[in-house]
This record gives sequence, structure tokens and C-alpha cells, in this order.
Amino acid sequence: MAFVNLKNKEIQVKIVYYGPGRGGKTTNLEYVYKKFRKRINTEMVTVKTHGDRTLFFDFLPFDIGVINGYDVKIQLYTVPGQVKYNATRRLVLRGVDGIVFVADAMAVRREKNILSLRNLQENLANYKKSIFKIPCVMQYNKLDLLEQGIPLLTTDMLEKDLNSQLKRPSFSASALKGTNVVATLKKIISMTVASIKRDLK
Amino acid sequence: MSYTLGQKQLDRIEDILNQDLVENGVRCVFLIDMAGNIIANLDNGEKQHDIYSLAALAAGNFGAVSAMAKIIGENEFSLLFHKGKKENIHFNKITTEFLLITIFGNDISLGFLRLKVADSVEQLKTILEPLLSL
Repeated sequence: MAFVNLKNKEIQVKIVYYGPGRGGKTTNLEYVYKKFRKRINTEMVTVKTHGDRTLFFDFLPFDIGVINGYDVKIQLYTVPGQVKYNATRRLVLRGVDGIVFVADAMAVRREKNILSLRNLQENLANYKKSIFKIPCVMQYNKLDLLEQGIPLLTTDMLEKDLNSQLKRPSFSASALKGTNVVATLKKIISMTVASIKRDLK
Repeated sequence: MSYTLGQKQLDRIEDILNQDLVENGVRCVFLIDMAGNIIANLDNGEKQHDIYSLAALAAGNFGAVSAMAKIIGENEFSLLFHKGKKENIHFNKITTEFLLITIFGNDISLGFLRLKVADSVEQLKTILEPLLSL
């Protein structure tokens, strides 16, 4: 639910990073925060439990400048990935405009990815939104683990598991090293802004 | 759903918040939606807060409290109040989609604040309710 302020000529857009626990959603935001430190004039907000797991959400507001005369403010959120936190996950999804699905490319996490995507679909349905309609980008994270000899799912397998019906743009990435983190972000921003433009016409 | 507020409506909202709350001694007041977007924010110029983070946390916090209400069989808790040593914060729900947040010091009593907030909420409803049918 993007909010357009005609007085200040400002649009606020909500983008949520979704995916299974320990998949790298927070790491994505941390990389963006580090990379664009100069352009982000507030602290990244994060609500964590002991042991560094996201309890509620992380939040990073991000100014991308003026588009068509409007100052566009992007608000990046992550959800807690752990299965037991579904109630908070659903809360964070309220009013979402765009989604980055961060899948864990480790072979042992195959099923977790599929379950998380299904959970996303259910939670969106709760707000009468369809996963087939909302702007969405897939990110296959943890590419860097290949160097350490940890078995990863191939891109083809991930595409088949998660993206065969959705057919969304996808990126192989390493949130830790920053590979394709910015590319993912740019893609979701451009898709989301385009969709809001269509909505408002 | 995306929604838009025009200059006239926003001016009207700011007038209400200014007259009812800021002029009565509230330090900072802002109107947000449940997604955490800021619709209007006013302060008395004393302190600048990081309002984008505040709005995101407030929407999350209120959402969590609403979920708790449902678990104990209550439809909703329409208002919330946190007391600090010097600063206090008050949340009041407006329709299902919006939240009015006020930050105030110990020089204002909670009762007086609630009265003023209730006044503002009634007036804001007339502007915000039509948005829900969009």
C-alpha cells in the first residue's frame, strides 16, 4: 500500500525481504546499509533475539531521489524467517508493495525454501494479495559457499522448485560478499515503482 | 492498494493536529498508516526524532498488540500508552488502517491528552474514512 503525498510530492514504498530462516535477508539489508551509508541518514533498525536471529523485523529507509517529480522513499523490511514467528511475519507484510524472496541455495535447505514460498503465498492471501500479481524478485543466496565445497542447489533446480510458475526475474547472489545484492534491489525497486505508476493511472 | 492524499486534505489534517495537539503542548505528533508510512508529522521544534524508524516500529508494535488482543478474545485495543521518565508516547487507532501517535512530556496529564486526541480522531475520521472505500 504505497502512500502518495501530493503536498510534499513524496511516495513511500514498502519492500519486504522474505524467505526461510538463516537465508540471508538481514545480511542483504546490512550490505545495502554499508554500501550506501552516505545516502542513508538514519540508523538501520533491527529487533533481534539472543543469538542474532531476527525477532520482529529489520528496517532500513532508503531515498532513491526524484522520479517524475516525486521524491521516492523506499522502506526495506525483512521478516523473521523462523517458522514459529508466522504472526509477526504476517504483520510485516501488511501494506507491502514489492517482495524479494531470498532462497537459501544450500542443498539441505531445499524443502525449507519451498515451504517458505508457500507460506508467503498464504500470508499474502490474508491481505487479499496474490503472489502472482505483486512485484517480486527471486534471489538464490549463498553462492560463496561453493568455494568451501558445501553442496549447493543448481540454479536450474532452484528455478524449477520456486520459479517455474511465478517466472520472476532471479539472481544468484552472495549477500555476505555483496554479489548481486544491489542488482536484486535495483530490479525490485524498478518493478515496484512501475507497478505503483500503473496503479495510480 | 495505493492511496493518495491531496494538498487540501493534508493541510486540513495538519491544521487539526496543530490546533488540537501541538498548540496544547504536545512535543511531537504523527499520523501513519498500518504499513508504517508517514502521512503527516508535526512537532513543536524542540526535538527531532527519526520518524521513519519510529513509524515502522509503531506500526509493528501496534500490530503485535492487536494480535495479542485477538488471542485473549478482545476485538482490539484501540489505544496504547507507554510511560517514560521524561517522555511518554500514546497511540490511538483511527479506523482499521491508520494510527495517531503523540509524544508528550510530564507537563500534560494523560487525561487531558486523551481528550484532545479523541477530538482529533473524530475530525480525522471524516477525512480518512473515504479513503478506505477506494
